[in-house]
Amino acid sequence: MRAAATRTLTLAVTVLALAGFYELYRWVWVTTGWTHPFPVNDTTLPHLWTIFKALGEPSRSQGPLLITVLLKSAWFTAKEALAGFAMGAVVGFALAVGLVHSRLAQRALLPYIVASQTIPILAVAPMVVVWLKAGWQSVAVIAAYLTFFPVTINTLRGLQAIEPRAHELMRSYAASPWQVLWRLRVPSSLPYLFSALKISATASVVGAIIGELPSSITGGLGGAILNFNQYYSLQPANLWATNVIAAALGITFFLAVVAAERLVVRRAPEHVA
Amino acid sequence: MSVVAISNLTKTFPKGNVTALTGIDLQIEAGEFVSLIGPSGCGKSTLLRVIGDLTPPTQGTVEVNGKAAPRARRDHDYGMVFQDSVLFDWRTVAKNVSLPLEMLGWDRAKRKQRVDELLGLVELQGFGDHHPWQLSGGMQMRVAIARALAFEPALLLMDEPFGALDEMTRERLNIELLEIWRRMQSTVVFVTHSISEAVFLSTRVIVMSPRPGRIAGSVVVDLPQPRTNDTREATRFFELVTEVRELLRGVGADQHGSVEAEVR
Repeated sequence: MRAAATRTLTLAVTVLALAGFYELYRWVWVTTGWTHPFPVNDTTLPHLWTIFKALGEPSRSQGPLLITVLLKSAWFTAKEALAGFAMGAVVGFALAVGLVHSRLAQRALLPYIVASQTIPILAVAPMVVVWLKAGWQSVAVIAAYLTFFPVTINTLRGLQAIEPRAHELMRSYAASPWQVLWRLRVPSSLPYLFSALKISATASVVGAIIGELPSSITGGLGGAILNFNQYYSLQPANLWATNVIAAALGITFFLAVVAAERLVVRRAPEHVA
Repeated sequence: MSVVAISNLTKTFPKGNVTALTGIDLQIEAGEFVSLIGPSGCGKSTLLRVIGDLTPPTQGTVEVNGKAAPRARRDHDYGMVFQDSVLFDWRTVAKNVSLPLEMLGWDRAKRKQRVDELLGLVELQGFGDHHPWQLSGGMQMRVAIARALAFEPALLLMDEPFGALDEMTRERLNIELLEIWRRMQSTVVFVTHSISEAVFLSTRVIVMSPRPGRIAGSVVVDLPQPRTNDTREATRFFELVTEVRELLRGVGADQHGSVEAEVR
């Protein structure tokens, strides 16, 4: 209870400090008229309260409130990202399990798995759209493309990082490779898996947002970003507010993984990241 | 039929072309408690691992319960205890003990009953729901012993199980182990580098010499059973300790200083 209170207090203080820093920076640059690295005004850096006020106002005349529009978009993007995250996690995990059982496959495939991530997602996304037709499925695949890689690399590491003695113990029971996998390798790799899932969770949101662009999907946060980008000089706060919502979505995904880790991973304190 | 029958065993490791064991002949009968003792590099742990088919012999035959060692391993003829308890920290104590039973496909109710029995045997009732890191080193080792006894193996292979424990805990666990050995009527092969521990526990002490690992001699321990704390103070105990120590001195152990002679 006390620990929770302390944590909430720390969080509040941090958020307030960051907000204070933002407004202080604004104030210094506006009053001194400094133009480096860029001039500060209501267009380049709107006041925080302007941003949050924009959320409570209609995004266009007679339209619904901006917050309503953005939450709808966020929900839309979240579904794509979740599908992509799940797909990427399953594929990434399966790849790692395959690779840990075959040195040959590891040597043959790992370089290409690494190479896959050197291709910019912006170059891959249009191809996926061509293959799968524009839709939430293509967006999910693009998100999965960003998601699977950390899962594969970390899980592989975790599956390999078993204690030799533990492996011998399993051998003394004449355990099958399947039993070694599920009773030893997978449980001992969970901390590695969850480190990867934390990276992947936020990456999947980014992947979904980027994936919406070549698919010309307008219902999600990607569409909202494109749209408010066009009107930035008129209503800069709208784009900022969209970014706040996008960040909140990424953080939600991250926290969901953290919560799952708390439930699933039961390891000695020194093994928990 | 011997529980362990080894004849003309040689073990070389290709890496560095090290001969770990050569010309080993050893028979261990049912109900014996045999300790393997010797300086570092004498291959005592390797010998234990060959018996357990955790590493294959280069030459010679190794039989357990009259079967080739790999067959015996697949038949779950032995339980193994390592120096570090090798508990899975994501499993509770009870789940750790039931691990080998899961491998054998026992159903849940049967497993639970057996685990309760075993935790009673090692005096850890009430700790089943704890996680290993919440226990002391001595308690962790008792969990490892309970796990090794889970499917009532005829043979218990123990590789310096108490090496990392403090003296007092070690002596208490020695007595508990003897109690378990008597009750289960099992056969134990026990690797140690403590002379007094070897003499106290064993019915027979095998002294090994290094480079390459060989059996240098053996001492039959004729101390009366059951052994108690008084055993450690008996004149015969000291005579036997001296006998083992002199055998070890003969194999050059004192130059390496790797055998503890901790009898005071």
